[in-house]
Amino acid sequence: MTDVIEPTQTGLQVPEVPTGEPHGHAGHEDHGPSGILKWLTSTDHKVIGLSYMITAIAVFYISGIMALVMRLQLASPHSSLLSFSQYNALFTMHGSLMLYLFAGPFAFGGLANYIVPLQIGAPDMAFPRLNALSYWLYLTGSITMMLGFFVAGGAAQFGWVAYAPLSSATSSPGAGPDTWIMALVLTGFSAIFTGVNLCGTIFYLRAPGMTMFRMPIFTWNMLVTGILILIAFPVLTAALVMLFCDRHFDTHIYTAVGCHLVNGLPMRSCGSPLLWQNLFWFFGHPEVYILALPFFGIVTEIFPVFSRKPVFGYKGMVFATMSIAALSTGVWAHHMFTTGAVLLPFFSLLSLLIAVPTGIEFFNWIGTMWHGQLRFTTPMLFSVGFLFAFLMGGVTGIMLASPPIDFATHDTYFVVAHFHQVLIGTAVFAGFAGLYYWYPKMFGRMLHEGLGKWHFWLLFIGFWVTFMPQYVLGLLGMPRRVASYPSNLGWQSYNIVSTVGAFIIGVSFAFLLVNFVVSWRKPIPAGDNPWDGQTLEWFTTSPPPHHNYTHLPPIRSERPTWDYNHPDALNVPHGKAAHTNGKTNGKVRAGV
Amino acid sequence: MKVESLFLLFLGLFFGGICLWYWFWGYEDGGTMMLFGATLLGFLPGSYYFFWHRRFHGHKYFFWGRIKAAGDRPEDRDDAEMADGAGDIDSFPNSSIWPFVMGMGAFSLVLAMVFGVWLAFIGIPLMITALTGVTAESRRGGDI
Repeated sequence: MTDVIEPTQTGLQVPEVPTGEPHGHAGHEDHGPSGILKWLTSTDHKVIGLSYMITAIAVFYISGIMALVMRLQLASPHSSLLSFSQYNALFTMHGSLMLYLFAGPFAFGGLANYIVPLQIGAPDMAFPRLNALSYWLYLTGSITMMLGFFVAGGAAQFGWVAYAPLSSATSSPGAGPDTWIMALVLTGFSAIFTGVNLCGTIFYLRAPGMTMFRMPIFTWNMLVTGILILIAFPVLTAALVMLFCDRHFDTHIYTAVGCHLVNGLPMRSCGSPLLWQNLFWFFGHPEVYILALPFFGIVTEIFPVFSRKPVFGYKGMVFATMSIAALSTGVWAHHMFTTGAVLLPFFSLLSLLIAVPTGIEFFNWIGTMWHGQLRFTTPMLFSVGFLFAFLMGGVTGIMLASPPIDFATHDTYFVVAHFHQVLIGTAVFAGFAGLYYWYPKMFGRMLHEGLGKWHFWLLFIGFWVTFMPQYVLGLLGMPRRVASYPSNLGWQSYNIVSTVGAFIIGVSFAFLLVNFVVSWRKPIPAGDNPWDGQTLEWFTTSPPPHHNYTHLPPIRSERPTWDYNHPDALNVPHGKAAHTNGKTNGKVRAGV
Repeated sequence: MKVESLFLLFLGLFFGGICLWYWFWGYEDGGTMMLFGATLLGFLPGSYYFFWHRRFHGHKYFFWGRIKAAGDRPEDRDDAEMADGAGDIDSFPNSSIWPFVMGMGAFSLVLAMVFGVWLAFIGIPLMITALTGVTAESRRGGDI
């Protein structure tokens, strides 16, 4: 017995008297223009989500090629492959593209846009046209940033953090830095609009019975990410506007020019380069979690499905995510320990505290797999890879939260290795786990498992080969952001190993491209629910119809599709009772 | 609405506490102001949702005044059936050219900041056209 909702051409209505049988897939009717006009004018969250993902993956490949060129440069001490300024531009653009234009938009613009409305039974995002505008701002922001390569003087060279006064008009003249700033203004607005849309959709468009504590963890994490976006991105956008004013209108907000000493101290009203760091990192550290929490959500969807169990400690996961987000807003200055102008114990304590909720999440992921019927499909392999990668990045993060260690390793390759292990763990391992997991839902066809596993194993091997030597290099004192280094310090062998690893990662992503082609040329039909998924998105067709659902199942737990497909398992306790009985329940529930 | 409001109020409370702690320990203006902004971001929408949660339960304002209780929304009730959400959910446009036009307008305007004011002569008309178009589209409603 299912209740029925019927999509209309312009909106969605739920009939007063539900019928007993599901309707056909009326949503496949023609809706709006087709072809290129469809991509230009669509306000459908699925089309916009796909546009985001395609753009983000293109940015990922471009940025990845930049990384390979940089690794080639560093394979020998005095390489002449790149000039210093070319190298500076490359690491700036590599970081900027990966962080601002791949990792975030892929998650909250792409996957969240596509999946969140499906997971809560909504017909679309709350503000569809704002959603479309977000995408166009993101796309034009991406183009604006890459325009930097084509202007006189080349692209920005001040790193993805654009520290003042290096980013001033005197130190970084030319149009390249300006295109960088304006690109981030555009993508900043794009992110803010997406954050508003995510919160509005989750608060107002849930299906009847989909209470907050029945939402899938991915949706919960996207809600928390949406709030973090609204805290962080306005600060960045405002800071960028002020930086632009400094560069062109002599406002001296981030420069100490003209400061007078009053009683031996600078006037409180004079500009300060440290203000940029404060503003930037008030965005920048929440941004790290904006780039992590969506991916935590992805693996939390995948572990239960491929363990054939409910997620272990559902509410614990929700509160841990909220705690991570809340704490992450109070730790920004741990990036500024060495400035000598921040409150070390405050920021160190809060940074260390983040390890507690993150540890809870790890415990719950392992608990979800414990005694489960594990299936090591490609999405599951990527998710397990995420656990190892993020754990290593997280542990070194705890080390860096301690000021004495940070003083010793600041601005060395130790930080580079830590940062890449965190972000590749999340955005790459977990992000592509999500792509492999939801690809069948988006296109109705599977990705090839064999090619997927080649992709995973090469990535996994390349990941460790690339970044473990960088920890050693950091401890040996190699500074980051250098295009050459002395040959007598014993750094070259580690750099060669790291470069080999980077190329293994590069090869692994060739397998993904091949996989796309194979899936397109020789499609393997996926069906509506190929993984025996548990959450609501697996109830609808693959790909979903316009406005997503022709009918919905009763929602009585956090896994309504599982309940519907396995009515014999309905007597198994869900929620509080299930989570407090530990081992016995785990055994009973595994495989039901 | 209850969970939504408590979620946001909790965040506001947490940031408020951190803000006070930071101010009295660090005495630093910039960080304190940003934490204060984050506090407001929690309290303002949180209070709004709490107001509606109380109103659904028969309180005209937060804790005083009485009106007829409407009860929780279907999406907030454990036992809700699909039919409980019967009726229009919202109007969702099938397609619209205006976000694209507005995006191109914004693109031209930011490029004008870098490459020259002449680009604003393209950007501003695009923005005005898109704003007018999207507003008219919303006013028409229905098949937009």
